[in-house]
Amino acid sequence: MLDFDILLPAILNGLSTGAVYALVALGLTLIYGVLHIVNFAHGSLLMLALYGVYFLYTLLGVDPFAALPVVVPAMFALGYALQRTVIATASHGREENILLVTLGLSIIIDNLALYLWSADTRTINPSYGFSTVDFGVAFIAVPKVVSFAGALVATGLLWLLIRRSDLGKAIRALARERRGAELVGVDVDHVYAMSFGIGIACVGAAACLLLPSYYVHPGVGESFVVIAFTVVVLGGMGSFAGALLGGFIIGVTESLGGLLLGENLGRIGVFAIFIAILLLRPTGLFGQRA
Amino acid sequence: MKTPAIAAAAPLLALAALPLLLHSDFWLHFAIMTLYLALLGQAWNLLGGYGGQRSFGHAAFFGTGAYAAALLQLDFAINPWACMVLAGGFGAGAGAFLGALSFRYGLRGSYFALVTLAFAEVFRIVADSVPFTGAGVGLQIALKESVADFQFPEKSGFYAVILALTAIATALAWWIENSRFGAALVAVRENEDAARALGIDVDRTKLWAITLSGALSGCAGSFYVQYFLYLDPRIAYGVEVSVTALLVPLIGGVGTVLGPLVGALALRALNEASSALTGGAPGLNLVLYGALLIVILALLPDGLISLGTRLRRAGRLRALGRA
Amino acid sequence: MSRHNWSVTRRRVLGSAGAAAIAAIAAPAILRAQAKTVKVGIIHPVTGGVSYSGTQSRAGALMAVEDVNARGGIKSLGGATIEGLISDAQSKVDVAVSEIEKYNEAGVSAILGGYASFICMATTQAAAKHGIPYVVDVGTDDRIVSGGLTNTFRFSPGYGVFVGTAVPALRDINAAAGNPAKTAIVVHEDSAFGTGTAGLLAKELPGIGIEVLEVIKHPTPTLDFNNIVLTIKAKKPDIVIPANYYNEYVLLARTMLQQKVRPKAIYSVLGGGASQYKFVKEFPEAAQYIMDCNHWYNPKNPAALALKKRTEEKGLFYTYEVFLNYTAAMLLADALERAASSERAKITEALAASTWAGHFMPYGPTKFEHGQNTGARAVNLQVQDNDIKVILPAEFANAKPVFPMPA
Repeated sequence: MLDFDILLPAILNGLSTGAVYALVALGLTLIYGVLHIVNFAHGSLLMLALYGVYFLYTLLGVDPFAALPVVVPAMFALGYALQRTVIATASHGREENILLVTLGLSIIIDNLALYLWSADTRTINPSYGFSTVDFGVAFIAVPKVVSFAGALVATGLLWLLIRRSDLGKAIRALARERRGAELVGVDVDHVYAMSFGIGIACVGAAACLLLPSYYVHPGVGESFVVIAFTVVVLGGMGSFAGALLGGFIIGVTESLGGLLLGENLGRIGVFAIFIAILLLRPTGLFGQRA
Repeated sequence: MKTPAIAAAAPLLALAALPLLLHSDFWLHFAIMTLYLALLGQAWNLLGGYGGQRSFGHAAFFGTGAYAAALLQLDFAINPWACMVLAGGFGAGAGAFLGALSFRYGLRGSYFALVTLAFAEVFRIVADSVPFTGAGVGLQIALKESVADFQFPEKSGFYAVILALTAIATALAWWIENSRFGAALVAVRENEDAARALGIDVDRTKLWAITLSGALSGCAGSFYVQYFLYLDPRIAYGVEVSVTALLVPLIGGVGTVLGPLVGALALRALNEASSALTGGAPGLNLVLYGALLIVILALLPDGLISLGTRLRRAGRLRALGRA
Repeated sequence: MSRHNWSVTRRRVLGSAGAAAIAAIAAPAILRAQAKTVKVGIIHPVTGGVSYSGTQSRAGALMAVEDVNARGGIKSLGGATIEGLISDAQSKVDVAVSEIEKYNEAGVSAILGGYASFICMATTQAAAKHGIPYVVDVGTDDRIVSGGLTNTFRFSPGYGVFVGTAVPALRDINAAAGNPAKTAIVVHEDSAFGTGTAGLLAKELPGIGIEVLEVIKHPTPTLDFNNIVLTIKAKKPDIVIPANYYNEYVLLARTMLQQKVRPKAIYSVLGGGASQYKFVKEFPEAAQYIMDCNHWYNPKNPAALALKKRTEEKGLFYTYEVFLNYTAAMLLADALERAASSERAKITEALAASTWAGHFMPYGPTKFEHGQNTGARAVNLQVQDNDIKVILPAEFANAKPVFPMPA
């Protein structure tokens, strides 16, 4: 039943889907790794960004890829503001309360979108929407190839930011040892907000690369979130390379699982890996030892 | 901080009289759902509040109990009342299994939370794929309306059952606050290593907590099946149940006896109030609900139950200021 | 659609529920004097997972209420208007049940709606406990009308009828073209509707000479159909038969186009996207020539077309949720007229005896057996020239089937 003919395209497929997962997970791993926040609102913010890309395309004719320079900074600003004003204040810094506040935020965002833009599924149909790139063994849709490249670029940029910039240094310090960072003069609130902002900016980038292949409606974020968490844990919290590699692994696992066990049962492969990682190597592929 | 027995028992005794006063099915349904949420929340509270092991996947226990109750009566013709007891057993089993695995591998904090989430998802996927559980189609229990079949023609019957279950759960919480086991559990929550140094069998304590928590969750699952007569993988093992299980005690007051009860009432009332205030426009009711949630968290980070303490403290401070 | 209207009727529900509740605490429900309005509960999931369908459904129902009131209300009740009390089922069973209880307190004479099968199963039962007549708007799961509830009435067909129509129709279409199709693959979503449909198809198709190569199940939502399409590509079936919801349907069709998979026909049964103007408008290339067996209105009836125009003027697509709810509400209005009463039992009787034919659906006169309208029918549709046409049965057809799909 398992053709080589189908196997190779399925793997390629899995890699391109995995790139999408990686894009969503990149932001999450930063937020989770640094702020130790379980960001329940991550999916909702992705949905918001998708709507942003959608409206830019339909109202102003801006191509989703060209929208990156607009959407990414806008999402950054939104993330910064949310962390600084709502999340930090409402949760009083307590971890479990942060979780609930982000949960409340996700309910608000999801339903505000429903109220403003209705439950209608929106799609865009750019000229390259149906074009595929012929890889010999398989046709991969153009938007997905771009996502793949995008994921690599985004990972690289983030890595540079964290390793080579002063902000990156502050973020790493804060993630490792909060008190110590405070003592050496790191503006904790600001750096926390910057981290959250960058994490949400990643989501903005993901949205630009995602919309051509999918669609948006108020409930769309949910589907990505649990998988994104799996990728983050697999890759190691706080590791971008881990998120990228983790995304690919999960993407391919999901694809092969679907092929072997059917689309329903196939998803079990992803969670089996998730559980195995948690039990045997909780810090993931590239995570720091706690 | 400990809740005296009177304070714990009083609200429940008062609630017992409710059906005698209320003839409205709408309010009875409201009360039943509130108590049901309180039961679920209390189950989580035992493990997460007193034990400090915050699970994101309580649906794993709830759903297992629910499916056990449904399948045992549908496929094996076992009496539904017995099914509830067995459901509790299956829930406990799921708890013990998960606990043994996670605690043996030393999972704590976020890792523990995530592994419970993962298990709940795995169960959901399996339930969704195998014909035995009805797969995505779900299971439906025939409407029989007879007490012997654990279905009541009047809502007050269901009310009595859920009140009894919630009373048991509350009593368990009170017992934990006043027993050696509870003391050990709290010690584990506060500082696991120190507790171990004191000679407490940490793993065993946690395992007992998760087993109890699982048992109660399983009973809640069985009640759901009897009340709504329909079950599918999303209802049983979906994220919604897990989130509700932790939302209730965290809003009400985590690690307290009455917190889950207060939280359940607040959430249910909030949902109804939001709908009433915002009219028919889709989504607006839930926007209000989410906003109110955040406001409550901002003002009362220890949960609603701390309102009394806060007011007293504020009053005392004001008195000092004047003096 | 005026938002003001909604909030007024919404507050009235709680107001009367609250007042009735307080009265009920003291004493059992008091009989109300004959009012100038007939209260009808209209419940749909306008938030949550199936919110799009819920909103469309509500729109259809409210347009019907508008129309009935505009033409003078229920004449046998002295021109009493229908007061539609809308509520949100939030795509959740416990909320839906709560709303039914509120309706009971508010003294509604009947309830319409639910949309989703899993909601309808719970709401019809909850209504039955209070003897409230319940008209199911869509809910295709056949378990809804086989539970023996005497208060439940479904005007439109269940998936049993769809499969019972789709299979012979396919046989006829195939025969008319010289039987080029011999194999098929079924792609379905995993809930009651998809699984039930797929199960029946797998059983019946071999009987018309079509071998089912594979039955592929997928969850809702599924965001990527590449693997499924790869499997289809490898097995090369003559026909692909989808039974799923809108988003997945569209993704499947798009992916097939992308991967250059072109069977002789895409023949869906209750296809989520097939008979959707939205799909045809947004992806004409992918939609072209897709055949479907689904709910539809009589394209030769001017009232149906007038409603289409009116719906589109509101900025909405004319989807099945709209016209099914509209006709279900009209069915109820007709029953109210014949019952000449706002009492629940009389309305239930009137519904059960209904022979209503004043609708624009391709059904004959109404006849209820165990709560199912046996006059209800499914029709075959095909996307042609960027429009959705009825191809079978002949009496309602406005186009001929194009099969196989041109290469």
